[in-house]
Amino acid sequence: MTAVSGKAHRLGDNIDTDRIIAGKYTKTLDAGDLAAHLLEDYDPELKERIRPGDVLVAGENFGCGSSREQAPIAIKTAGVSVVLARSFARIFFRNAINIGLAVAEVPEHEIPDGARVRVDLLEGTVVDEDAGQSYRATRMPAVMAEILEAGGLVPYLKEHGGYEASP
Amino acid sequence: MAQTIAEKLLSERVGRAVEAGDIVVVPVDGAMATDATAPFALQAFERMGGERVWDPERFSLVIDHATPAPNERISTLHTVMRRFAREQGVRLYDVGEGICHQLMVENGHVRTGELFVGADSHTPTYGALGAFAVGVGSTDLAGVLLTGKIWLKVPRSVRIELTGTLPEGVSAKDVVLYLVGRLGIAGATYEAVEFAGEAVTSMSLASRMVLANMVSEMGAKTALVETDGLRLPGGAGAPVLRADPGARYRREVTVDVSGLRPQVAVPHSPDNVRDIDEVLGTKVDMAFIGSCTNSRLEDLHAAARVLAGRRLAPGVRLIVTAASRHVFNQALADGTVQALSDAGATFITSGCGPCVGTHQGVPGDGETVISSTNRNFRGRMGNPNASIYLASPAVVAAAAAAGEIVDPATLPLAGEGRVA
Repeated sequence: MTAVSGKAHRLGDNIDTDRIIAGKYTKTLDAGDLAAHLLEDYDPELKERIRPGDVLVAGENFGCGSSREQAPIAIKTAGVSVVLARSFARIFFRNAINIGLAVAEVPEHEIPDGARVRVDLLEGTVVDEDAGQSYRATRMPAVMAEILEAGGLVPYLKEHGGYEASP
Repeated sequence: MAQTIAEKLLSERVGRAVEAGDIVVVPVDGAMATDATAPFALQAFERMGGERVWDPERFSLVIDHATPAPNERISTLHTVMRRFAREQGVRLYDVGEGICHQLMVENGHVRTGELFVGADSHTPTYGALGAFAVGVGSTDLAGVLLTGKIWLKVPRSVRIELTGTLPEGVSAKDVVLYLVGRLGIAGATYEAVEFAGEAVTSMSLASRMVLANMVSEMGAKTALVETDGLRLPGGAGAPVLRADPGARYRREVTVDVSGLRPQVAVPHSPDNVRDIDEVLGTKVDMAFIGSCTNSRLEDLHAAARVLAGRRLAPGVRLIVTAASRHVFNQALADGTVQALSDAGATFITSGCGPCVGTHQGVPGDGETVISSTNRNFRGRMGNPNASIYLASPAVVAAAAAAGEIVDPATLPLAGEGRVA
């Protein structure tokens, strides 16, 4: 889970959670239903192009807006292995880690659409293999890294019973 | 060391001096989830092995996002919430009781100095009371239900000093729209936004809730409003909560509100903010007064002051929801509901309604909406082919009467221009 590679699907700045998954589709416990409407108004064909392991690559402030965890669930269920962005909105970032979707803030990246990207989360490195360009990811707090490593907050709390062990 | 309000409050809660950047595990004083977030949260709680909620008295469930249920799928999710509430002895606010944030404040489920975790992004609203309130997603909330705690990074703070006196017809909504425009949609990401100043001291709790509510549209983690001058529900004063002189802020902004014009956020982002003068004459098809931002009694009063004795412009529909049943009953008793209904307004169930685009007023293709809510992202109200403008209740009401965006101060007196 710490090293992944896949094709980049490039998104813009300030992609809000209403665009990731519209409010009218969020009231369900069926993750497949959520994935079926992923980024529907932004790019109706995008979800068809995503192959298991692919990487979403965004600009600034990815996931701003509502607290809906349905947003990272839809992304994960669609097969995305990791979301990279120059910056993230805070609730989205926490939600992604909590459901076990890898995310990494890569402030300086210039990764284009379609690039082959390799991400090593433990090392904090992101490589655009086509351009031969590598970037540094921002280090996340240890507690977040541990939650992600455990596969999300559910397995983490099942194992630890609380947060005391980590920060 | 001199502390920001955020540092002071979190130090108090964890029992040692903490500063911006520290990671802390904090005991939670109150928590809340809605029908948009609770179903996943309750599922995650079970998957964590949760059997009993850490403290049922401190947790509330609220059915407000799709209420009453528009279809069988959502109704079944509501059933899951009701069953959980019964089995766990947890408080549940059912259909029509109101919007979660209003209910938490109105019913005293959150207080000055407390740490509150809500599974909704507008939870920072309780900063109006001087509570450190953060919005989280479903799984974080489940973690709170299991452990009674949450981990947080002590945020840096931005201090907003509001000086001067608000002009007639300009409200807290105009102030916060101006600030969202000035700081930007990510202008306070991960940070606490702290409000102070003479213009805040004279504000009602309802107005302070408007300021705190929309820090979410700056990306902030929480809002904290100094409690000087604050009257709590019931009329009592609040405990004093202030930053220390010399506390370190990442940014300090001073705004003299005396010269502020009504503000409007134009499509498709809440930080696309203009003086009303730049958008006068924009035709509207639908108007909405509601949401956790602006549907309290003073908001309905502001709308009624504009609309009393008038009719909606031909072809315009105005949808109104009160923040809670309590607010609705107050507005019913004092004639506000009658005045708005006489003007042609349609009242819907107290809840989130059209703001989240699930039901009760989804705009059509190509339509323009003016709304007292907090977000105008494309598709927010359920249709990506509609355009949403955000404004104060007075500006929304004036647009509903005129059929286009107008400065409420320039509307002819009610009754003028009527053909006998």
